[in-house]
Amino acid sequence: MTMQPRPPIAAGDYLRGNARVDHLMVAEMVERGAKVLDVGCGDGELLKILTETRGVDGRGIEISREGVNECVAKGLAVIQGDADTDLADYPDDAFDYVILSQTLQATWRPRDVIEHMLRIGRCAIVSFPNFGHWKIRLNLLFGGRMPRTDNLPDTWYDTPNIHFCTIKDFRELCEAAGVEMDKAVALNAWGKPLRLNAPWWFWNLFGEQAVFLLRRRG
Amino acid sequence: MPVFEMAQIKSVSGALAPGDDRAREADQPRDSLVLRFGPDKPLRLDAGVELSPLQIAYKTYGTLNTDRSNAILICHALTGDQHVASVHPITGKPGWWELLVGPGKPIDTERYFVICPNVLGGCLGTSGPSSTDPATGKPYGLTFPVITIRDMVRAQAMLLDHLGIDTLFAVAGGSMGGMQVLQWAASYPERVFAALPIACATRHSAQNIAFHEVGRQAIMADPEWRGGRYLVEGTNPRRGLAVARMGAHITYLSDAALHRKFGRKFQDRSNPTFSFDADFEVESYLRHQGIAFVERFDANSYLYLTRAMDYFDLAADHDGVLANAFKNSPTRFCVISFTSDWLFPTSDSRAIVHTLNASGARVSFAEIVTDKGHDAFLLDEPEMFAILRGFLDGAAAARGLEHAS
Repeated sequence: MTMQPRPPIAAGDYLRGNARVDHLMVAEMVERGAKVLDVGCGDGELLKILTETRGVDGRGIEISREGVNECVAKGLAVIQGDADTDLADYPDDAFDYVILSQTLQATWRPRDVIEHMLRIGRCAIVSFPNFGHWKIRLNLLFGGRMPRTDNLPDTWYDTPNIHFCTIKDFRELCEAAGVEMDKAVALNAWGKPLRLNAPWWFWNLFGEQAVFLLRRRG
Repeated sequence: MPVFEMAQIKSVSGALAPGDDRAREADQPRDSLVLRFGPDKPLRLDAGVELSPLQIAYKTYGTLNTDRSNAILICHALTGDQHVASVHPITGKPGWWELLVGPGKPIDTERYFVICPNVLGGCLGTSGPSSTDPATGKPYGLTFPVITIRDMVRAQAMLLDHLGIDTLFAVAGGSMGGMQVLQWAASYPERVFAALPIACATRHSAQNIAFHEVGRQAIMADPEWRGGRYLVEGTNPRRGLAVARMGAHITYLSDAALHRKFGRKFQDRSNPTFSFDADFEVESYLRHQGIAFVERFDANSYLYLTRAMDYFDLAADHDGVLANAFKNSPTRFCVISFTSDWLFPTSDSRAIVHTLNASGARVSFAEIVTDKGHDAFLLDEPEMFAILRGFLDGAAAARGLEHAS
């Protein structure tokens, strides 16, 4: 396998306060004052960080009613909706960034979702748990069962996560979909970014989570 | 210039014909502010005619700030009125949205200036079929022109012009009130900073038109209706209006709520009487609803307002494309629906949200879980209150409104 050069990392101050590191990583990839759609925005924590630290015009879609109502009560512009079906209703180029934070693995058709994201937005930011992480590999190798971790505690038969992938898998999807990988970060089990110059296989083995900034090719 | 005066008639003397008392409430409403526009300022109606003179009765709560930027317009529903947060002059009951509007409430009257007008076509002081036609000196009855939701909103805009309010901080309302909110956002986008359409739709469904038609037919079938001239002839189509209300009231509830409240329980008896008395609690309840309603509402107003709702179709007004109604809308929206509302189901609200998204508008949407049906928007729904408060707080911050001290 040939080693491809990796896009540059977004460096920065990622250990502020109690915010989740992956959220801060995403926030650093977003330009100030941008128009942002957060798909699967949960309780709105990332949107809040983006609004407060990057001054974005943020919108959200969330599938759970509890999440939506919590977001709206926080003053965020969030609607109840489904990434798999509702992105089609948005016009082209409506946003600067469309974010999919820890949601990719819960979508029915991840490729369609990514393609819609880059139709609606100029850029897409995707963060996901890396199923190629060594702990998960060992879990399956020695445990002989579908891995469960602190971050992914659900049983295989009762989980919203139906499309797990590895960093390598995701890169292949981007290639297949003709998507430009502009930036990428992998975070280790302690939430720290891995060495910049480490090769992709190293990221795929030691990265517990990954954050990608994507653009349309050409 | 329109005449601006406070009309506070504490009691109406009894030596009046039955019809006069009702007509008087329409012309000189108690406990309300009244604004009158003379012949120089007619209201141009969708029906192609002009209404003049025009009278608008309204209530205000709180104080307008010096920037005139903290005004919230509340649009009432079909059978609502301007007494949103104060005692109703006829029934003596508290305001219909007192849970939501008042000092420290989600629509905080210590922070916002709340305006609630009686709707055009209504019967509590704004021009309607029971108002006196100056041309004849008698109540309009069916000679009052047929009005639309857009006409109601035009009249409200005239009220705001008079009050010197250029941009509303927010417009809020449920059901027919929600239709007015949507019409406001479509007709005057630059005058609406935030919009809260609750339990409504951008058009009235065939099923809803059908229910309204049953109500209207009940009224018109009452011999006391007299072709709409009952005020002149000193009669009152109470039975027809009560039946209309009973039918409509069922649509405001839900199967689950009716079952929870009444089930098949008997009213003050342990066995059926083998008659057509109100054996069941639910029958007794509906009869009570009908009787209570006719004390405070005018039958012809019911005809006109249901008709206005039937005609409402925002897409039709914009070349059949709903998105055109909200193109480049600067307004921020908060759309709310209720799971058990089958009159304006969540799918209707979702259609609004899809349109607003496609228009690039800033929109929040929440569906509240409740078994209380359409009426839930008037009831104690803490989740709705939290959402409204959060949305308004966010909008107030964006508008630069100070917190209440």
